[in-house]
Amino acid sequence: MAPITALGETPLAAPARRRRGLQARRRRRLNLFRYVAFTVFGAFFLLPFLAMVRFSLEGTTLGTWSVTAWTQIVSYPGLLSAVEITLELAVLTCVVVLVLLVPTMVWVELRVKWISRTVEFLCLLPLTIPAIALVVGLAPVYNRIRHYELSALMLFWAYVILALPYAYRALSAGLVSIDVKTLSEAARSLGASWFTVMVRVIAPNMRQAILNALLLTSALVLGEFTIAYLLLYTNLQVALYSISRNTPNAGVLFATSAASLLFALFLLLVLSYVGRRRRGRG
Amino acid sequence: MAVAATTEAGARPGRPGRRLSAPAWVGTVPFFAYVGIFLLLPTGIVLYNAFQNPTGGFSLSGLKALGNPEIRGFFWGSIELCLVSSLTGAVFGAILAYAVASGNPDGVVRRLYLAVSGVLAQFGGVTLAFAFLVLIGPVGLLTHASWYLDFPWGIAVIYAYFQIPLMVLVFMPAMDGLKVQWREASENLGASAWQYWRHVGGPLLAPAFLGAALLLFANALSAFATIEAWENQIAYVVPQQISTVLNSEVGLANVNEADVLALGMIIMVAIVMTGYALLQRRAARWLR
Repeated sequence: MAPITALGETPLAAPARRRRGLQARRRRRLNLFRYVAFTVFGAFFLLPFLAMVRFSLEGTTLGTWSVTAWTQIVSYPGLLSAVEITLELAVLTCVVVLVLLVPTMVWVELRVKWISRTVEFLCLLPLTIPAIALVVGLAPVYNRIRHYELSALMLFWAYVILALPYAYRALSAGLVSIDVKTLSEAARSLGASWFTVMVRVIAPNMRQAILNALLLTSALVLGEFTIAYLLLYTNLQVALYSISRNTPNAGVLFATSAASLLFALFLLLVLSYVGRRRRGRG
Repeated sequence: MAVAATTEAGARPGRPGRRLSAPAWVGTVPFFAYVGIFLLLPTGIVLYNAFQNPTGGFSLSGLKALGNPEIRGFFWGSIELCLVSSLTGAVFGAILAYAVASGNPDGVVRRLYLAVSGVLAQFGGVTLAFAFLVLIGPVGLLTHASWYLDFPWGIAVIYAYFQIPLMVLVFMPAMDGLKVQWREASENLGASAWQYWRHVGGPLLAPAFLGAALLLFANALSAFATIEAWENQIAYVVPQQISTVLNSEVGLANVNEADVLALGMIIMVAIVMTGYALLQRRAARWLR
C-alpha cells in the first residue's frame, strides 16, 4: 500500500487524494469482510463443539447442569482401557515412524540419492490408497499377526503406514532447510558414529520438523476409527461408536468425545507454541 | 570423549572410506521391508483377489460386478457426496483462506486459524458426527434440522467441518503467493477489484483452486468414520458397503466383493490424485 501513496503524492495531488480515498474504502470493506468471515466460520467451528460440551453437562432433567457424565468416564466399563490403548498406540506409532523414517531419509539424502524418488513415492502412496481399501488387504496380514499377538497395540503396524505421508512431508521440509551433507561430514570427520550423527547432530537441527511429524501422527492415531473397527480391535473411537450403538448413555459419550477433542487441541497448541519459540530464536 | 574421538579419527586413514563392504542402499532395507509388508502386500492382495473367480482361477468376473446396478449405486452415491462436499468445502475454504491471508502474516488470528485447521482437518472421526447430532440432529440444541439425515446435504454439512480446514491448509500457500505488487500494478493501470480478480488473481489461483478441490474430493471419498456414525442402517457410499461386506458372514457368493469395491476406490482416488499432482505443478509455475 505504501508505495502507491508515496508514488502518487508529489507529482499529481488530485488523483493521489482520490486514490487514497479508494484505498481507505477498500481497506474498510476488506476489514468488514474479514470480521464477518471470522465470525461466521468461527461459529461454524465452535458451535458443534459447544453443543457437545453442553450436552455432556446436562443433568437428569432437561436444562439442568451436572458433571455426572464426566465423572463416569473413569468408571464406564471398557472406556478407560480404550483411552489407555489409544494413548499407547499414539506413542508407539510416533516412535516407530521416527525410527523408520528419519534415518532412512537422512541416509537416502547422503548416500543413495538415486533412490529418493522411490522413497518419496512409497511414502505418499497411502494418500491414494484409502484406509477403507487398505484394510481389505490388511485383513489377511492381520490374521497372521493374530497367531502371535492379540493385543490391540498391534494396530501400530498399520497406523505407521497411514502416518507415512504426513510424517514424510513434515520431515522432508525440515531436511531441505538444513545442510545434511555438510553437517554429517563435519561430524563424521570429527569421529562421530552414524548413531551420534543422527541423534546429536541431525535430530536437534530438525527439531521443528520432528515435532510437526509427531503432532500429525498422534492426531491421526487419536482420531483413527476405520482400521480398528474393521479389524475388530477396540480403540477410543470404536469404544465411543459402540457406546452410541449399544447403550445410549448420551452423557458419557459426549463427555468423552469432548475430552478427546480438547486433548487433541491442547496437544496441538502446546506443540505449535514450542515450535514458534524455537523458530523465533533461530 | 574427546580422546576417543581423536583415536577413532586417527585410525580412519588406515581404513579408507568404505568400511563396510555392503552397498549403501542396504541402509534403506528396513524401510522397504516395512512398506512392502504393510502397504504393498495388502494392496497386492486386493488386486489379486479382485481378479479371482469364486473357484480360485484368474477372471474378470469380479470386475463385472462393477457394472451391477446396486454396486454402481454406491459409486454414484460416493461421487455425488464427494462433488457436493468438495465444491462447498473448496469455495468456503477459499473464502476463509482469503480472509486469513489478507491479514497480518504474524497475527494471532492467522496463527490460531492455521493451528486449529491443522487439527480439524484431521479430526473427522465419529466424534464429529456426534457433535453435529447434538447441534442440529433430532435432539439438537441449536435447531432440529429436518434435513439432518438427508443424503447428500446432511452429511455434506458435517463433512464441511473437516473439508474447509483442509482447504485452508492446502490453499494458503497459493493465497500467500499472490504478490501485493500484482494488485498494486493492476490498480495503477486502473483496474477495478472485479477486473483484478477476473484477469489477474483468478487465473493465477485457478489451478491451485482446482487442485485443492480434487484433494478434497479424494478426502471425502476415503472418509468412513463420520458417515458410519451418522447413519449405519443404510449404505449410501462405497466405504459403507465395504464395511457391510466385511462384517457380514453371509453372502459367500461374491467373496471378493470387498476387494472389487476397494479396487474401484483405489482407481478413483488414483485418477483424482493424478489430476491434483498435474494441477499443482501448473500452479507452482507462478506461485513460489
